[in-house]
Amino acid sequence: MFRFVSRAFALVLACFAVAHAARAHEYKIGDLVINHPWSRATPGGAKVAGGFMTITNSGTSADRLVSASLEIARTVEIHEMAMNGNVMTMRALEKGLEIKPGETVTLKPGSFHVMFIDIARPLKEDEKIKGELVFEKAGRIAVEFKVENRAGTGEHGAGHGSHHTPPKAP
Amino acid sequence: MTSLRFIRALAWASVALLIAGTGYLVFAPASETGSGGAQVGGPFRLMAQDGRIVESEGLKGKPFALFFGFTHCPDICPTTMMEITTDMQALGDAARDFRVYFVTVDPARDTAALLKEYTASFDPRIIGLVPQDEAELARIARAYRAIYRKVETPSGYTMDHTASVYLMDGKGAFFGTLDGRETPQTRQAKLKRLLARG
Repeated sequence: MFRFVSRAFALVLACFAVAHAARAHEYKIGDLVINHPWSRATPGGAKVAGGFMTITNSGTSADRLVSASLEIARTVEIHEMAMNGNVMTMRALEKGLEIKPGETVTLKPGSFHVMFIDIARPLKEDEKIKGELVFEKAGRIAVEFKVENRAGTGEHGAGHGSHHTPPKAP
Repeated sequence: MTSLRFIRALAWASVALLIAGTGYLVFAPASETGSGGAQVGGPFRLMAQDGRIVESEGLKGKPFALFFGFTHCPDICPTTMMEITTDMQALGDAARDFRVYFVTVDPARDTAALLKEYTASFDPRIIGLVPQDEAELARIARAYRAIYRKVETPSGYTMDHTASVYLMDGKGAFFGTLDGRETPQTRQAKLKRLLARG
């Protein structure tokens, strides 16, 4: 009887956890928390898109995002974009992206991103697209990328990104 | 003795070469521009996304903007085109005849048809230009002092490129640039000044 109650209780807790994770658009695997994977609606004819998120490592050893996939992309690479003066440069991180213990790495426009290559169709605002992230130690986890509008910043997290407007300059 | 004379002659020859070289580096760019400043821009003739030819000669009297980009660009190109779309809409009637030319630095993949589909997602005053070969692309990039470079990636390639939007006045002279790090207010103020100058 006790066992039944405790199992039922655990199940209820698990449901809450799942519901919470879904609302916050947050994923946990091992010592890693992945928050708000998102992308932007793409222009017509575009064959690539950037995927963004934050990854926090609460463990004591470094981990590494080594690959990713998206159900509608031929392949996904891990890139770093940078501005070198007025020149936009892009490099594939062939050893993946390191997440040091106790640190949060932000994948965002103009910086680190996963690059969806040869997407089968344009990404549309408000849709969610299934993908997977693979970490060297923590392993693989299924995620959903939420598509924001073309000016999206991902700043408001789940559900509000598409309504975000940039702050007015003083 | 003769070898010493030879070495001395060689040394003087090197000095002369050095002076000539320095002189060239210092004076050649200035004589090229005529006005002392680094010249940005110059005549061009390129095929547009609809198959028509856009010639800088035909743009006299009409200020325009020019951007080097490519459609396999996940971030800066669509963002820049979104920003300039917003800017032109904010300027209203003043920007009615303004044009933004999107010159692809990846003509191997960016066909006229693809650029047409791509630019259709933004303001209709944005027009794709497609260099027909590497030489045409190199020529316009050199004129605008823009950089583009093919970079291999595990599954193919991407392009590094100058990300500034060049603003050219009605005489075809360089007016300034727009930069994504500027506020919309700053960018729109620049565009207003450009349009006022004509």
